[in-house]
Amino acid sequence: MCASVKYGSRGPALIPRMKTKHRIYYITLFSVVLLGLIATGMFQFWPHSIESSAEWSLDRRSVHDAPLVRIPMSSPIPERGDLSCRMHTCFDVYRCGYNPKNKIKVFIYPLQRFVDEVGVPISSTGLSREYNDLLSAISDSDFYTDDVTRACLFIPSIDVLNQNSLRIRETAQALAMLPRWDKGMNHLLFNMLPGGPPDYNTALDVPRDRALLAGGGFSTWTYRQGYDVSIPVYSPLSAEVDLPERQPGPRRYFILSSQTAIHREYRVELERLKEENGEALLLLDKCSNLSQDLASVRKRCYKGQVYDYPQILQESSFCVVLRGARLGQATLSDVLQAGCVPVIMADSYILPFSEVLDWKRASVVIPEEKLPEMYTILKSIPHRQVEEMQRQARWFWEAYFSSMKAIGMTTLQIINDRIYPYAARTYEEWNNPSVVKWSSVNSPLFLPLIPPRSPGFTAVVLTYDRIESLFRVITEISKVPSLAKLLVVWNNQNKSPPEAIDGLSLDQTHMVERSECINKFASVFGTMPLKVVEHRADPVLYKDDFPEKLKSFPNIGSL
Amino acid sequence: MQAKKRYLILFSAGVCLILLFYLQGPASRRTPNRGDDPHPHWPHFSDPLRAFIPWDQTETEDYNVRVSPRHKRDDNSGAYKCRMDSCFDFSLCGSNGFKVYVYPQQKGEKISESYRNILSSIESSRFYTSDPGQACLFVLNLDTLDRDQLSPQYVHNLKTKIQNLNLWNNGRNHLIFNLYSGTWPDYTEDLGFEIGQAMLAKASISTENFRPDFDISIPLFSKDHPRTGGDRGYLKYNTIPPFRKYVLVFKGKRYLTGIGSDTRNALHHVHNAEDVVLLTTCKHGKDWQKHKDARCDKDNAEYDRYDYKEMLHNSTFCLVPRGRRLGSFRFLEALQAACVPVMLSNGWELPFSEIIDWHTAAVIGDERLLLQIPSTVRSIHQDRILSLRQQTQFLWEAYFSSVEKIVLTTLEIIQDRVLQHNARSTLMWNRLPGGLFTLPQFSSYLGDFPFFYSVLGVKPQQKFTAVIHAVTPLVSQSQPIFKLLVAVAKSQYCAQIIVLWNCDKPLPAKHRWPATSVPVIVIEGESKVMSSRFLPYDNIRTDAVLSLDEDTVLSTTEVDFAFTVWQIFPERIVGYPARSHFWDSNKERWGYTSKWTNDYSMVLTGAAFYHRYYNYLYTQYLPGSLKSMVDQLSNCEDILMNFLVSAVTKMPPIKVTQKKQYKETMMGQTSRASRWADPDHFAQRQMCMNKFASWFGTMPLVHSQMRLDPVLFKDQVSILRKKYRDIERL
Repeated sequence: MCASVKYGSRGPALIPRMKTKHRIYYITLFSVVLLGLIATGMFQFWPHSIESSAEWSLDRRSVHDAPLVRIPMSSPIPERGDLSCRMHTCFDVYRCGYNPKNKIKVFIYPLQRFVDEVGVPISSTGLSREYNDLLSAISDSDFYTDDVTRACLFIPSIDVLNQNSLRIRETAQALAMLPRWDKGMNHLLFNMLPGGPPDYNTALDVPRDRALLAGGGFSTWTYRQGYDVSIPVYSPLSAEVDLPERQPGPRRYFILSSQTAIHREYRVELERLKEENGEALLLLDKCSNLSQDLASVRKRCYKGQVYDYPQILQESSFCVVLRGARLGQATLSDVLQAGCVPVIMADSYILPFSEVLDWKRASVVIPEEKLPEMYTILKSIPHRQVEEMQRQARWFWEAYFSSMKAIGMTTLQIINDRIYPYAARTYEEWNNPSVVKWSSVNSPLFLPLIPPRSPGFTAVVLTYDRIESLFRVITEISKVPSLAKLLVVWNNQNKSPPEAIDGLSLDQTHMVERSECINKFASVFGTMPLKVVEHRADPVLYKDDFPEKLKSFPNIGSL
Repeated sequence: MQAKKRYLILFSAGVCLILLFYLQGPASRRTPNRGDDPHPHWPHFSDPLRAFIPWDQTETEDYNVRVSPRHKRDDNSGAYKCRMDSCFDFSLCGSNGFKVYVYPQQKGEKISESYRNILSSIESSRFYTSDPGQACLFVLNLDTLDRDQLSPQYVHNLKTKIQNLNLWNNGRNHLIFNLYSGTWPDYTEDLGFEIGQAMLAKASISTENFRPDFDISIPLFSKDHPRTGGDRGYLKYNTIPPFRKYVLVFKGKRYLTGIGSDTRNALHHVHNAEDVVLLTTCKHGKDWQKHKDARCDKDNAEYDRYDYKEMLHNSTFCLVPRGRRLGSFRFLEALQAACVPVMLSNGWELPFSEIIDWHTAAVIGDERLLLQIPSTVRSIHQDRILSLRQQTQFLWEAYFSSVEKIVLTTLEIIQDRVLQHNARSTLMWNRLPGGLFTLPQFSSYLGDFPFFYSVLGVKPQQKFTAVIHAVTPLVSQSQPIFKLLVAVAKSQYCAQIIVLWNCDKPLPAKHRWPATSVPVIVIEGESKVMSSRFLPYDNIRTDAVLSLDEDTVLSTTEVDFAFTVWQIFPERIVGYPARSHFWDSNKERWGYTSKWTNDYSMVLTGAAFYHRYYNYLYTQYLPGSLKSMVDQLSNCEDILMNFLVSAVTKMPPIKVTQKKQYKETMMGQTSRASRWADPDHFAQRQMCMNKFASWFGTMPLVHSQMRLDPVLFKDQVSILRKKYRDIERL
């Protein structure tokens, strides 16, 4: 009481003073905040161009700006790859952790230029265009992390795609110098052209400890199943040439051989086949009369006649992919792109992504020994199967071969599936093009079960307030011995019940409403899932001239 | 008024502050990234980079100088690590196809029951040959199943015994079966003799020792595993939602020391006695008391509280941890019980991994991540549980339920390798009805089989071929076969009619056959035996076959209607005359009945549609013994066909509209055709049923109480509104 009086008496005197004081205070506060806001806004929106110009300057970063690292002569060399390595022995799964998205995190080492003590680089190409594409695709993907401590997989920026351009010892030393190398644990190397003359090993010769190898041209002798990933040899033509998809079907030639580096023994055999079967075979080789330049890569010749490569591949049903010095051939990619069915003759070759792709659906694998029988073998394949394979081949290319990005993402997904197998994509998901996914029917209840009567069934009765008929239905249904439960769904929308018992089906608007429903449902499904049949299921002795009491389902059909 | 203003200013200041924070937020979040980390993303390099393959990198010259690529291939053959192309002689399989020879059994040689089952499964299969000269694959008569030296089943001196085999040839083209290898304490995978270039079909094989595409991983099965048939899967019906009482269970031994003990010793960390029940016991072996640890007594008590079978059948997932060896019996038990196996056995090459996609039927865990297992299995979505569970049942019945299935799957895998380009695709192996019933030699195109129409999203052809089995000579124009020909030919779906002339009389002249709008092809049966009506003739190019007896009475409407039904159920037999089987408990055997009953399990091939693939399967899949029995009796071929199709589909055939009479009464004609009048006929059919059931190892026939009639059949509406109106008049 006292306080309120006090307050009341001082109040009127104080307010005007405080008002000016407060006003100034508030205005200052307001303007400060407003200025701050404007400044932030400017920083946020306008300086975007400043930032992007910073990015632009990043864009113009050159590989030559990458820090130079000198490898001492005595720098340690990793051990040769251990053939017994598997995910559970050589891969540290604890680094990947348990996460709700079931996605591994991939770290890419920053680019460095490794040189030996004299200053000679370890690789003649340095960073290749393809490896650069691959790394930027990975860095743009969901797999990427820039936090080295959270990473589960490490990708060195040392380009080992082509062994020919590498100095093996120095490259190995460079790998061992990576800060997180740790015996190559959880490191992934990409290599497409392994081995070198004269005996062309089928796996990268660079010693690499326990590192995983995504290699093109593995043989069963070097491939560590479930550990390494077999990848295709990228064909640079994929990016250069745009081959439109062709409808599957018969083509002008039956078999086409377009490779230039075929061993002469095999070429002799192919020529013999050509003699036997004539026009059905087209046997192309390098053009000897053309100048040897970049354009000659895109030409093939047969007896002086010049063909455009890879366009000519689209003119054949089957295209031969023979082993060269290496097992993996870039031709395979071109052939798939052209929608030509590859005839793969490379014994012990591990086909690209064989862990997840069913090559039987897209190719024909013939042992090299059976080369002379190739024609008869291919002739025995049904036409529809050939068309199916043509479609599948093209789809494989689009999904898994078409770019370095596709190859990189597929590889990472395969490794990801091994680490989180319970969340892995299924084999069918890997192999079914979306066309098939839409047209095919995969019932969630696919097992042919004829359930016993014991669990019975649940009856669901929808009602629109028609109590009389509802009771009748309930009494009738509840007589059924296999009824387990009866569920009544009350749909009373405060409508007065119709007078006639059969009112619903006699009601014209009811049928119209139902047709509308069907149209609506069909548009939601995108297609009409209902099928029209001309039969109905009756009990075996239905309406037969037979004593009713001997029938399992007597008096049925009397309704 | 003033207060209002004040609040307004205060409010707007607050809003501005919030905005400030909001806008500052992302900016400040972004900046440290740029500052701290030298390379947030892979930079975009502007300089022209070189391609990884220089355009002029040619291998030609250098490559051609080298020796023949053939020699290069042969280089590897000396190595112990084998592959098909280096250790297997394909030329042995060339001319005779894939035949398997089993060394004759020697007296005094001890052979375990399991191995005897394996051998007799091979001997009764269609691959068996008794002539080593024709064989492509050789199987030993020496029991190599148990190579644990401490086991009573261990066979001594195997090394010398094998070296003495005259066809051994360093194991080339030999197949060795093994279930147990190594012994306490390290349980190595060494068999104790030199296997040379022989292939191993081995249980508990590790990925390190497994020679891919050469060895075969088989499941560990007990000595009680049945030779043929075997238990059906436990799942009788699907429940939705698919959860069971327990989430994850396990019951088994715990090894206190030594190899394989780590995982089982750690299981108690995950056990919660509610929905995750993992029980171990120390009570095994002679001196378990000596090694027992602090947990043993508690564990043992808990162990006895639960019944294994009850747990198995009431759990969604079953843990399958490694034992001493990588594989354990728990695996097949879980599979049969429709309990999704959760593998916990690092480095185990899963059974038949070459062909089975285990991700669709099991959860593959990592021993190192045991503690994550409960949250992992809980995170699996209902849809997937439902499909995993059904797949366990399919795989169990297709490949594991009996020794015979395991052996046949092993042989088929090897055959696929030999066939190479003709091999089954993964889809054929992993979809119903499974690889054993899907013969790739029939066609490499999935759409040629009746099972894959829905998977491919295609439909069977709109035409059929009728095959009429003729056994009586043509005498008069009033014979039923003429009426039948005319009626069938009138069907809008009929592509052609094949008359199979299995009559002793010579072929009648061409002009004696009635003129029809569709081509009639008369084939003279070479051996004139019963089974020839199911031969896969090249002339049959349509998917559907209408099989007919010569005395069948059918109208065009009936043919049309049955065909439209078949198009919906292309994998089953669809037809008119139905029969049933029953278990005769007095005589303890199967009985056959043609009485009018409320159900049926067979539709006779006297008037039935089926897919032409079953002709191929009948001829190729069934053993010679059954087919020759049919030929000798000139009877039962229709029963055998029904057995076969039901074994494949696990479904009953489909009977269409009732038809009391479908045979023309033979007016006084005495001929082979009136075999129905023969009193022996019925007794023979009883006997056939039992012979067939014993070969299949189980009774494949399934009863059905359903008949398919045209919509509006016998309904009280105007006959003019009915599409198949003639059917009612019959």
